[in-house]
This record gives sequence, C-alpha cells and structure tokens, in this order.
Amino acid sequence: MNGAALLEIRNLRVRIEGQEILKGITLTVRAGEVHSIMGPNGSGKSTLAQVLAGREVYEIVEGEVLYEGEDLLRMSPEERARRGIFLAFQYPVEIPGVSNLYFLKAAMNAVRKYRGLPELDAMEFLALARERAKLVELDESLLQRAVNDGFSGGEKKRNEIFQMALLEPRLAILDETDSGLDIDALRVVAQGINALRHPDRAIVLITHYQRLLNYVTPDVVHVLYDGRIVKSGGKELALELEEKGYGWIAEEAIGSART
Amino acid sequence: MATPTNIIEELVNREYRYGFVTPVEEELLPPGLNEEIIRMISAKKNEPEWLLEWRLRAYRYWAKLVEEGAEPRWANVTYPPIDYQAIRYYAAPKRRPKSLDEIDPEIRRTYERLGIPLEEQERLAGVAVDAVFDSISVATTFRQKLAELGIIFCSFSEAVQEHPELVRKWLGSVVPYTDNFFAALNSAVFSDGSFVYVPPGVRCPMELSTYFRINASQTGQFERTLIIADEGAYVSYLEGCTAPMRDENQLHAAVVELIALDNATIKYSTVQNWYPGDREGRGGIYNFVTKRGKCLGRNSKISWTQVEVGSAITWKYPSCILIGDNSVGEFYSVAVTNHYQQADTGTKMIHIGKNTRSTIISKGISAGHGQNTYRGMVKIMKGAIGARNYSQCDSLLLGDKCGAHTFPYIEVHEPTAQLEHEATTSKISEEQLFYCRQRGLSAEDAVSMIVNGFCKEVLRELPMEFAVEAQKLLGISLEGSVG
Ligand SMILES: Nc1ncnc2c1ncn2[C@@H]1O[C@H](COP(=O)(O)OP(=O)(O)OP(=O)(O)O)[C@@H](O)[C@H]1O
Ligand SMILES: [Mg+2]
Repeated sequence: MNGAALLEIRNLRVRIEGQEILKGITLTVRAGEVHSIMGPNGSGKSTLAQVLAGREVYEIVEGEVLYEGEDLLRMSPEERARRGIFLAFQYPVEIPGVSNLYFLKAAMNAVRKYRGLPELDAMEFLALARERAKLVELDESLLQRAVNDGFSGGEKKRNEIFQMALLEPRLAILDETDSGLDIDALRVVAQGINALRHPDRAIVLITHYQRLLNYVTPDVVHVLYDGRIVKSGGKELALELEEKGYGWIAEEAIGSART
Repeated sequence: MATPTNIIEELVNREYRYGFVTPVEEELLPPGLNEEIIRMISAKKNEPEWLLEWRLRAYRYWAKLVEEGAEPRWANVTYPPIDYQAIRYYAAPKRRPKSLDEIDPEIRRTYERLGIPLEEQERLAGVAVDAVFDSISVATTFRQKLAELGIIFCSFSEAVQEHPELVRKWLGSVVPYTDNFFAALNSAVFSDGSFVYVPPGVRCPMELSTYFRINASQTGQFERTLIIADEGAYVSYLEGCTAPMRDENQLHAAVVELIALDNATIKYSTVQNWYPGDREGRGGIYNFVTKRGKCLGRNSKISWTQVEVGSAITWKYPSCILIGDNSVGEFYSVAVTNHYQQADTGTKMIHIGKNTRSTIISKGISAGHGQNTYRGMVKIMKGAIGARNYSQCDSLLLGDKCGAHTFPYIEVHEPTAQLEHEATTSKISEEQLFYCRQRGLSAEDAVSMIVNGFCKEVLRELPMEFAVEAQKLLGISLEGSVG
C-alpha cells in the first residue's frame, strides 16, 4: 500500500503560551495508509491535529510540514480544508442558529468552487446529504438542527463522521472520534472510516482505545509521549499498550534518551 | 492572527456603498428655524390653514422645550449638542416631475445606483415604490393599479391636497406633537413622506415601499408617514434609507403613525442603512425617530420588523398600543453597531384591551467600538385581562471593545397577565470561526453565517426580496454587508 507521501512532518516543534507542547515530531503518511496515534492525556495529540488543520493560536517554533509536496504551514485553515484536509474535532463546536444542512452546503460548495467543480443546488445537496446520513446512520432530524447545538456527545461525534463522509477528504484526521460512543455508534463510525479508505487517501486516527482498531486496521501505530513520537509499530503495538499502559514506553524512551 | 476581532475589523473597514452625492440643482431654504421658515414650508406645499396652525402649535411647543433645555438625554448615547439653527429644514430638487417619465435623469440614476427601480416595468416583482429625495417625494409607482382597489398610496403632500379629511382625522392621533422633543420638531417642519390608506376588506396585493434618500448637505430629513388599515384590511410596507458620506452629522427625525381598525393587519418593515460615519466616528446620520402603531380595532395586528445597520446614532422605539380586544403587537429587531456607532433601540408594548398579546424579539450585534442598547417597556394596564407578552433579547459581541446593554422595563397592573422574558449575550468565538474555516468556509463567510443565524428569527419576518437584501446588508455592514 505504499503510495506517494501525502503528509510529511519534519522536526515539528510547537509552543502555546510560552510552553513547548510538541518537541520535534517527524512523521510521514502515505496515500492509502491508516495511521493511529495513541498516547496519554496531555501528550500533544490534539495539538498536533489542530496545528495540521491550521489553528492559529499555536506558535510554530521549528520544523516543516509538506502536504502533497507543498508547504502546509503557509496555507490558511480554509485552504487546507479545500485541498482535502479534514479534522474531526475532539470537541465539536456548537454554532447556534445555523442549520447543519445549510452549514454543510456552504462548506461543500466552498470546497467544490476551489476545485473548479460546479456548485450543488439545494436539491442536489439534499439528496447527497440524505444518502451520506444513511451511511453513518445519522438521524435525519439532526440535519435540520443547528450545528452541534444541543447534540449529545455521541451525536456530535457521529455528525463529524457524517461531515467527513460528505466532504470526502484526502487526509482525514480523527481526534478521538471513538471516545464516548456506544457499541453501535462505534461500529458506524468505523464503517464511515472504512468507506473512506482509498488508495489516494490517508487517515490519521487519534485514539485511546484499541477497540476502534478492531474495526479499522491501521498500517502503523505511533505512541506520542510528552510531545515526541517515542515508538512506532504495527497494529500489535495497540494491543500491547492496552495491556501494559504507557509506563514501559516512557522508561524505554528515557533510557534511549540517556544513551 | 485571524481572531474574530480582526476579521470583523477587516469586514467593517469596507466602504459604505451608498455614499455618493447626486449633482442636482436643489431649492433650499436658509438654515435656521423660526415661525417664518415654517410658514414658508407650508406655503411651498400650498397647505390648508389647519395644517399650518398645527405646525405652528408644534413649533411653539418645541421652542418651549428648547428654552427649558428639555432635549432628551436619557438614551444610552452620547453626542455633542445639536445646533438646530445650523440645520436646513427644506431642500428639494428644482425640477418637479409631473409623472414618472419626467423625473430628473440624475435622480433616476441615483435610485438605479441604489438598486431601486422607479420604472414600473423593471420593478421588483410586486413592489410599489415611493421615493423621497431630501425633503420631497419624487416618484410613486403603481399608483393606478392600487387605485383600482381603492388603495391610496402617495406622498404625504399629495395626501394633504387630495385626501385632507383622512389626513386631518388621523395626523397626530398616534404620535401627538407633544409626545417628545423630536416628534414636536418633526410636526413643525416635516416636509414629506408617505401616506397609505387601505379600504375595508382589501388586502393590498403588493409590498408598498418608500425609499428615503438624504442628498443635500447641512440638511435634516423630517419625513412623516401615516398608514391606515381600515376594517379587515391588510398591508405590508417597507422603508429603506441611505445618505451620502459627509464629515458632518445630519439629523433625521421622522415620525411614523400606524392605525389598524377591526381585524386589520399592518406589517411595517425597515431596512435602515443611513451613512454610519467613518471608522473614527466622524460624520453619519443621527437617526432620532418616533414610530408607533395603534391597534384600535378588535383582532387587529401591527408587526414591526427592523434591520438597523446604519446611522451614527439610532434612537428609536417602534411601539404598539394594543387597545382593541385580542389585538396583537410584534417587534422584531436586528441592530448592528460597528466602529463608533451607537444604537439605543427597542419597543413599547402597551396592553389595554383584553387578551392582547405581544412578542418582542431583539437581536443586537456589536463590533468595533459599537455600543448597542436594547430598551423596552411592557406595560399591562388594569383591565387588560389575559394579556400576554413574550420578550427575548439576545446580544452578540464581535470583539472586546464593543458593548451590549439591556434595559427591560415591566409594569403590570393586571394580575391575570403573563409575561416571559429571556436574555442572552454571546460572542463569536475563535473556536467557532476555526471550526467553520476547517470545513472550507472563509472567515468572512463564517462570520456572516453566524451573524445571520443569530438574526434568523427576525430576518424571516421580512418580505422575501428584502430578507435577501437584509442578509447581504448585514454581511456588508460587518464585512461590508452580510453576504
Ligand atoms: N490553549 C492552551 N493554553 C495552555 N496550554 C495548552 C493549551 N492548549 C493545550 N495546552 C496544553 O498542551 C498539552 C497538550 O494538550 P493536547 O490537547 O494536545 O493533549 P492530548 O494529547 O490531545 O490530550 P487528551 O488525550 O486528553 O485529549 C496539555 O498539557 C495542555 O494543557
Ligand atoms: Mg486531545
């Protein structure tokens, strides 16, 4: 499955409010791959996801990121989105008063316009939205409601996957989309992810649990610890982590830093 | 860094699009106000004696208020004292058209640039327009068609000539000249405006619309609008306003009176986009307006919808006096203040009849250094059995240098009344903007979408063509207009 490098992160160091959170991340994601990033709370997983999506509150201290061979860090968040980067938020944001459908139609057409495709009219979009809502078993009434406004935790997560299914990104980064889901929802989310898998696309799954990986088999599992990727391996690594926790990895990491 | 604040700043720093001046020759009265000026205005309009007398009584009342230093100061706005002797109270294009074809081409072009077609054939579908340029009305479209239904839609001056009995009966019956300082001033010097009468049982088949344009400098605009819906009649009316960009502040002090008889409905919508002044707060219109409707008849209804995006200072409270049993008053408002704009706006709902109901939905949006105040009163008089009111006042802040204030006054003299009041204040957060941008929307579109979502309950009350217009305007006033 080794396609072209879609995302190349080189020695990325990131600071917020004077504190260094990412301390030199190097990672290459190729088209067709699924990567999983695991790591204890506060290790910097969301920070990495948000920096890749263009959140401007973070300060890039050093390093570079190439997306499709181009300098990602110089692109605005909307340009990244239009070029196919999608972030499923760990905490999806509520936008009162703006209907989900209206919001997504505007988003979809902004993306299509950027790619030189004709905009979808209301009817075309509605048909597509219904089809994708079915795919992720999203209750249709949620389409009419304001974006994430008053949604339950699980509904918010499902809505993120629904958006992903609509926007068909080239690089999808899912930040703990599997947290707080019941078994059925987990299966649906996995279904959404698997439906997106394609030799031209890549998926980065940030997760704490091995259970999602039962449904979506990752090509690589990385452990992020205190702002560094301290270990990478195959899908067995996830099982090992679940069994033994992060302590042993921390020791290994410290050990290797000493030598 | 694209915080909401600097995005708003960018948006807001776009130019006011209606700020041009039309080069037409105008007939001007000298600045200043005295009985002589009032007699001149009245004479120019060939008014009957009773109207001149009424103006003079209003003037004397106003002059007394000036002497007593009784210009109102209670609104949450600040401005230097106005020199009423420096204002010109009458300006009118010299060429007076007899028909639509004779309109000065410059004025016609002005309205075209403003997007207001005066040509009946290229009309907005189903909208009749009365266009008021400085002090006089220059064109009223669709008169003939409306006349066939018995609907009178003409300039106020024409109504005085052609329907004096109606004007005399209703003028000042809702807003007497003693009502307040600016109403007194308006009553003394009003120059033109629109007049509507819809006869019993007639449903007006098109939107009636007045477009107000201030053109001349140093000139105040004091129009007067009077709308009467007779028993069982229905009318929807819309006003729009723009003015050139000037460093001076210009005064606009209008009075609007609405009367709804038994089973009649009046829907009055405003899209106010007077010049708001520049980024530093220089210039702009002082919009000091008195608007009030009387639900005189049983089951009558008056509904105010306003989208206030312009003016340096807005000071207005479209109100309803609910006299008839089961009558309904509504107030839907969006007020935007940006840069150094100030708005103190809201409504009064006075419940007198039984089972009267009122709804107040107010959406205030503040950006830049804007100050936005909602001031509203709900008064339930003794005997207004079963009266109900629902009020909702929401404020949205864009940035941290602006302000939102809410002053709801409630007075209840009837124990069976039911009142509900809700208020919220929110901000467009950096997270919201980032979320939208992550989905591919530009920051401008994101702000515009959130603002429009915030205002939705009000915008949907506007007639359709204007809802689209108003959405754009919101985008424009914050990004230039809400697109
Ligand atoms: N705006 C901020 N201001 C200060 N510190 C921050 C800010 N955002 C993140 N941090 C800190 O950065 C560190 C990494 O946070 P991040 O959210 O990336 O962790 P995470 O790996 O996603 O954790 P979790 O598994 O709990 O989601 C944390 O210590 C957090 O407190
Ligand atoms: Mg996280």
